[in-house]
Amino acid sequence: MLKLEKRPSPSVFWGRATPVLAVALTMMAGSLMFAALGKNPFEAIRTIFWDPLFGEFAWYLRGQLLVKAGPLILIAVGLSLGFRAGIWNIGAEGQYIMGAICGAAVGLAAYPTESWLIFPVMVLAGAFGGWVWAMIPAILKTRFNTNEILVSLMLVYVAETVLAMASTGFLRNPDGAGFPGSRNFSSYPAAANPELIAGTGLHWGGVAALGAVVAAYVLLQRHILGFQIKLAGQAPRAARFAGVSPKRLVVMCLGIAGALAGLAGMFEVTGPAGQISIDFNSNYGFTAIIVAFLGRLNPVGILFAGLLMALTYIGGEMASTNLGLPSAAIQAFQGMLLFFLLACDLLTNFRIVPARKEVR
Amino acid sequence: MTAAETGAGDLLRIEGVTKAYPGVVANSDVSFAIAEGEVHALLGENGAGKSTLVKMIYGLVKPDAGRMIWRGAPFAPSQPSAARASGIAMVFQHFSLFEALNVAENVALGMETPPPMRELAARIRAVSEEYGLPLDPSRMVGDLSAGERQRVEIIRCLLQSPKLLIMDEPTSVLTPQEVEILFQTLRQLRSEGTSILYISHKLEEIRTLCDRATVLRRGKVVGACIPRDSTAREMAEMMVGATLTPPERRATEKGEVALGVSDLSVASPIPFGTSLKAISFTVARGEVLGIAGVAGNGQDELLLALNGELRVAPDRVRIHGKPVGDLGPTDRRRAGLVSAPEERLGHAAAPNMTLTENALLSGAVRQGLTARGFIDWRGTEAFAEKIIESFDVRTPGTHVAARALSGGNLQKFVVGRELLQSPEVIVINQPTWGVDAAAAAAIRQAILDCAAGGAAVVVISQDLDELLEIADSFAALNEGRLTKPRPVQGLTIDEIGLMMGGAHGMEVAHHAG
Repeated sequence: MLKLEKRPSPSVFWGRATPVLAVALTMMAGSLMFAALGKNPFEAIRTIFWDPLFGEFAWYLRGQLLVKAGPLILIAVGLSLGFRAGIWNIGAEGQYIMGAICGAAVGLAAYPTESWLIFPVMVLAGAFGGWVWAMIPAILKTRFNTNEILVSLMLVYVAETVLAMASTGFLRNPDGAGFPGSRNFSSYPAAANPELIAGTGLHWGGVAALGAVVAAYVLLQRHILGFQIKLAGQAPRAARFAGVSPKRLVVMCLGIAGALAGLAGMFEVTGPAGQISIDFNSNYGFTAIIVAFLGRLNPVGILFAGLLMALTYIGGEMASTNLGLPSAAIQAFQGMLLFFLLACDLLTNFRIVPARKEVR
Repeated sequence: MTAAETGAGDLLRIEGVTKAYPGVVANSDVSFAIAEGEVHALLGENGAGKSTLVKMIYGLVKPDAGRMIWRGAPFAPSQPSAARASGIAMVFQHFSLFEALNVAENVALGMETPPPMRELAARIRAVSEEYGLPLDPSRMVGDLSAGERQRVEIIRCLLQSPKLLIMDEPTSVLTPQEVEILFQTLRQLRSEGTSILYISHKLEEIRTLCDRATVLRRGKVVGACIPRDSTAREMAEMMVGATLTPPERRATEKGEVALGVSDLSVASPIPFGTSLKAISFTVARGEVLGIAGVAGNGQDELLLALNGELRVAPDRVRIHGKPVGDLGPTDRRRAGLVSAPEERLGHAAAPNMTLTENALLSGAVRQGLTARGFIDWRGTEAFAEKIIESFDVRTPGTHVAARALSGGNLQKFVVGRELLQSPEVIVINQPTWGVDAAAAAAIRQAILDCAAGGAAVVVISQDLDELLEIADSFAALNEGRLTKPRPVQGLTIDEIGLMMGGAHGMEVAHHAG
């Protein structure tokens, strides 16, 4: 028989190796599932992981990779800081929507003025919108000790309602013949967020995501605030002993996460999405939670996790159109990834040893 | 030759018992015997293997090798109920009682087939009167003092009429008066033929109570003695395996007041905690104030209020006359106050963080380990290395997680981290709890050296001997109130006991003589 034995110190090797192991196990279990659905498992895995990068349509799909990974990484980096401190912001989707609405509203208010100042102001407005939305659970938690998980999650549905109001009401395109949805930013250059290098899919959101990864890395490795975030998550009482104010940390972590999610929304609405519409949001805020954990709450890990997640999205879409796999199977496949990752996590702190027979 | 020496009257013989855990041998070839009707002391420092040994006798742990013989027959209890059925009972150091239930209900919970409640209550009353441990079966355990709770555990054992009663560090939660009551009960049990295995590292009480002693060190039996015929010093040296030197005290001039606390009252932030009530005292430069008290009388809360984790009105706490009551831990460190909480893992140190990171935890402010918020990791590591070197912390390096250190080593690290910050005021709760005697002596010496260097020191401890050894003045915490500090010189143990709350509401039922 085998038994688990706690390691004296967390294993550095397994900390790095578990994501790789989890991806491998996901591929194996996924193959079984695809085979059970009557599809060729090798073809399915190849369509998901290989074709988007090196297949026939890779020239187009590679660009999509950055388009999808950018917002995921940007949001996940913000969330990871809070998760490390034990602050559970589940409502990044709502903060993403509010950032998009605020950023878009500023741009649309300036229409059709042409000035280089417009886009930077929109960026600030986007970050502000997400920040304000995150401050609601932050203040409720610090003042009234409400649960930030519930409050931030519920605010997603409020934000979706505001989004519907915006696209059918106050931000609707006056020249749009009454159809819901705002003006399209692609026809308003001063406020648009175009592809920076043709064919790569990289827009300002991707640049911001890279910047966030670097900034979060420096914060966590070199700055006292990053140390306090880790300390508060691992040993809350030791954090208080060290002089960390839990309330200040709640406001800070939710604020950063909200602002980054707001930025992601703003870059999305002015770039790939192009306009505010009722179905503008596409679950980036929720998927980013998976990305944050897949990346082990580590900024560099999140960078790779975001790319991997984007890959499964694009490959998954390919697999459902080309091979006729149901989209639920693709979601189950993504779920397996998180499942195996969390399961393999055990190896970081425990080792598996054969159980010894006790002498009687 | 007496029966005890020939082995004929042995109740329990332990022969060559060995038990290893991953990375540590808890017991190695341990042999000794307990005679019928004797109080046998198992003596050893923390980590010497006493707990593992009694857990094997009580059926909680199985030995890897060796055997036990109980009244002439091989004995291998597979679980505690088997040990209890054979006539072995144990009073644990940490009580397992439900505060919201009354005494009789708690006793019933520990029985396999409890009798009807009324009958049980009558039996509890009878046993408690017989052994001089008055206890009302209908009282809520939540309302009982620590000493009374221990009575519940003892009576729970006595109801089984055990042949062998194991007591694990029973006096650590008692005032001196309560200890005396307990000892009378134990002597009565002995006179009725019950053997007692008494685990402790307090030498004086072993000399008072026990007939024989077996000394363990690092899992091995290193000696045996008749406590009455040995000095405490001899036993201590046997236990530690080294010659002990008591801490050296330099006569220091009392300076001006460094820490002043006036009329400090604050509700406890800890569930089931004790609120502090109108606490006032001052500590001068160079003075060591010892604060005694049975656990749970406000020690944790006092530390939190002094180190800034619990904020109060500004003028309640003053450092060098400056009001700091409303400041948090960081600002109080800046003002010169360092502190070491009792709970090492989780409060004083983060278990999964490295020693370097833990050095930063409280050292950042006074050691200047950050510049504009950025951490000087090299300086932090140097500070961690300095702690490890100055306080002889046994560790492979600064990269090790705090949880990988033994309790004593971590305590040395935590105390060293605070004392090395050239503090002006030091507050330490339980400085040597769970630390071996040699390390404890080193820690006490370091505290005295800091005081000699002009620091004002508050030592909160449940170890009276420790306080009498290092403190200049003495006060006791009792249900959140602090007695007026008095000079240590000239205090008698009786006076100290009364300051600690006497027998904590427990009646003394033993008749004189």
